Amino acid sequence: MIGTTDSLLASNLESVDSAEALVVDAAAALGLDEDARMDLGLAIREAMVNAVAHGNQYSPDKQVRLILERRADAVKVTIIDQGEGFDLNRVPDPTQGENLMRESGRGLLLMQAFVDEFSVKRTASGGAEVVLVKYAS
Amino acid sequence: MSARFTTRQVGDVTVIDAVGRITLGEGSSLLRDTVRNLIAAGNKKLLLNLSEVSYIDSSGVGELVYSYTTVTGQQGQFKLLGLTKRVHDLLQITKLYTVFEVHDDETQAVRSFS
Repeated sequence: MIGTTDSLLASNLESVDSAEALVVDAAAALGLDEDARMDLGLAIREAMVNAVAHGNQYSPDKQVRLILERRADAVKVTIIDQGEGFDLNRVPDPTQGENLMRESGRGLLLMQAFVDEFSVKRTASGGAEVVLVKYAS
Repeated sequence: MSARFTTRQVGDVTVIDAVGRITLGEGSSLLRDTVRNLIAAGNKKLLLNLSEVSYIDSSGVGELVYSYTTVTGQQGQFKLLGLTKRVHDLLQITKLYTVFEVHDDETQAVRSFS
């Protein structure tokens, strides 16, 4: 079961669902418990929505690359879009002040909350690359 | 499983029973439409029952905020009932737990509306 799957996905909501299902299935095969699978699934969902909606802006000409690494003790997922990227330090904190009652802007907070390792950077071509790792125990 | 919302009247309180997942797309827009229609029909005491909701993403959280601000903006009341541990944790992480009035018991929740 250990290995890597590299996929290119269309910039639509169906890709969000299919990415979540793919990763949750891999997590189940590696023995992550139900809570851990749901945590990871939510984080993947948020990262995919970011890539599809904010990065690629649902463009049919852009794709999302999803790299799923099944390790012995963890699932590592890298999600790369073809948007303009973003600086994590410039994203408003959704738990503070007037941001608290905004209807959006909580995706990055939830990604960080529900995985064990999280990082984001701008790729050489300008898009966002988000890395999420969830350990089996 | 996508979301389903059904409404019932308990006295002058409208209970919205939610089932499934409230996520970006159908689930979150259905909640928005449900709340919007209830407000348009003059229902201003809304109790959202989340006891059968297994999963909410950030878009679903946004819809809870929309519901709250829309109802209170119309001088109404919007409260939550029966949070699962997962939804409870989500509201804690987003620091919205203190914004919403949350109840575990429906009878007490209905009585709490003024």
